[in-house]
Amino acid sequence: MNELLQTLFSGVALGSKYALVALGFVIIFRATGVINFAQGGFVLIGAYLTYNFSVTWGINWYLSILLAMLCGALVGVIVERLLLRQMVGEPSFSIIMMTIGLLFVIRSVVPTIWGFANLQQGGPWGIDTVSLGDVVFAVRELWAIAGAALAITAFFIYFRYSKMGNAMRAVAIDQEAARAQGISVNKVVMISWALAGAVAAIAGVTLSTGNAQLAPTLEVVALAAFPAMILGGLDSPGGAVVGGLVIGIVQQLTGLYQPRHAEFLGEGFSVVMPYVVMVIILVVRPYGLFGTKEVRRA
Amino acid sequence: MSVLSFSGNHRLVDQYDDELKLFRTPWQKFGVVLSVAVFVLIPLLFQDTLFGVDVLSVLAYAAVWSIGAIGLNLLIGFTGQISLGHAFFMAVGAYAAAYFGDDRGWPLLAYLAMAAIIGFVVGAIVGPFALRLRGDYLVVVTIGLVLVGEHLWKNWRSLSGGPGGRSVSASTSIGPLDMTGLNIFGWEFSEEQSRFWFLWAVVALVVVLSRNLIRSRPGRAMQAVRDRDLSAEVIGVSVVKYKIGAFAISSAVAALSGALFAVFLQGFVSFEDFRLLTSINVVAMIIIGGLGSVSGSIMGAVLITVLPRLIESNSDTPLFNWFLESDEGGFVSQAAFNQILFGVLVIVFLIVEPRGLAALWLRIKAYFASWPFSY
Repeated sequence: MNELLQTLFSGVALGSKYALVALGFVIIFRATGVINFAQGGFVLIGAYLTYNFSVTWGINWYLSILLAMLCGALVGVIVERLLLRQMVGEPSFSIIMMTIGLLFVIRSVVPTIWGFANLQQGGPWGIDTVSLGDVVFAVRELWAIAGAALAITAFFIYFRYSKMGNAMRAVAIDQEAARAQGISVNKVVMISWALAGAVAAIAGVTLSTGNAQLAPTLEVVALAAFPAMILGGLDSPGGAVVGGLVIGIVQQLTGLYQPRHAEFLGEGFSVVMPYVVMVIILVVRPYGLFGTKEVRRA
Repeated sequence: MSVLSFSGNHRLVDQYDDELKLFRTPWQKFGVVLSVAVFVLIPLLFQDTLFGVDVLSVLAYAAVWSIGAIGLNLLIGFTGQISLGHAFFMAVGAYAAAYFGDDRGWPLLAYLAMAAIIGFVVGAIVGPFALRLRGDYLVVVTIGLVLVGEHLWKNWRSLSGGPGGRSVSASTSIGPLDMTGLNIFGWEFSEEQSRFWFLWAVVALVVVLSRNLIRSRPGRAMQAVRDRDLSAEVIGVSVVKYKIGAFAISSAVAALSGALFAVFLQGFVSFEDFRLLTSINVVAMIIIGGLGSVSGSIMGAVLITVLPRLIESNSDTPLFNWFLESDEGGFVSQAAFNQILFGVLVIVFLIVEPRGLAALWLRIKAYFASWPFSY
């Protein structure tokens, strides 16, 4: 029982990190209609910048995260202005490939600057743990969950009540109609990239806490967040959160039970389990759990 | 593809009927003659290194990647189904060759054919996903395919030898002709020369087959599905048949290239050769070469294969040594630089010339053919 609780806890922790990455995907998808494959690269940049500010330059930890978020937002805006704006009207395949090209550049530039070694991300919690009965919670995981919850709540409030948030929702529903209402679609797209960059920075930090967890392989985690995003539906922020949690919990539960009860599935099956879940859900619901069904007219 | 419509100008395609021809312009026949000459002469002339690159070895790799790229272009460029799962289908071919060629000891043509058939079947099994899912959803599912495949190859030890990989030593002879040491009427050729001829001959075969596919009914149906599947359905094209068919054929070609890769290039196969990076590589080849162009696939494959080797061999020259990592300093590792270059190439081509290298040639041709009205 404790074992199960422990696993559920780590599943929720992992899931909230996935949810943050997936939220970045969803923000950009709503504004531009494409998956930003470079999101993993943004996560990497955010994590390393936080490391650079807090550990290398000795800036206050919380300030470092804020700075990293600002830089992440800036990177997002630059990418949008320099690259993505050139691609307006091109088929979505071209835009996807452009973000993949960008991912290649980022994932090579980052280790060129910071090296390939595993680094120790700073943070006020270190390796402390809290016990509740026999269940042990790592403080950094509690922080990750809290941070993710905070960021996601803030995003939802912004999305729901602010003027720009409303504009973003309008653009996601119908660009033409939004433009007719006097909404600047270019501005919405730019803000979306900035938000995605900032969210990626938080995601990067939560993913890289723990013992020497900061490494260039971090961008691979973005791959694991794909199922979370797809599961919830590409254009649903709420779906990203639900998808992230489901995938995180499923992955950890698989890690716990599969080696005992289904050994024939092979070593490390928990890594591919999210994709298996995703495929099953997609076959039943091709637009994810909360995604908008595409209407096709002749 | 009516570039310009000048009557009586036979250097440009200007009739719809022309699209059904194997050779659309007289220049293409000339091009074939030229290609054959180059094909025969390269192994005879370039047995040494050129600019520090082992020409025949690099071009052998380029041949295998060309086949893979043509296969993917049939799916993405001609049918419009975006897939990042190509590495999985290549892996299927590689392991099929390892099993039938090595474990079972089948002859060359038999195991190559078997690899292609298995690739075809696996592609046909995966194909139906494309019916249910579109665009981005399909991309992510094909990524999942590669990851699940990776897991499979790591764990199916009897076939793949586990995470460490396995060696593949299969027959390389067709009858009396050994493709790794040709001996024709007493003329003996080296392994590299023979391999070059064989692999590029297979490329030529795949080119002819895919050109014929494209210009005939199924190919034109595929292009209709690409341009708009709903319209295609309305005019009587079976979307089900051609989407699944495109996956199957693309996968069969990929499996063929995977089999050649395992037997002729590596003599070894491990899951590391067929990861997501491999898929993305092939996609980059067809973007840089030209989507929806068979010759473009080859150009892209050659460029992506040759460029990193060329830079690697010349990393100590003044052009590169100020930034490439070596004994004398530098700050970018060779591997990182390759990836940066590669990402930048994809981005630049997408912005500047989305139709790829193949279109550059079309532009040059259009310029001269429409002279003096070229603009």
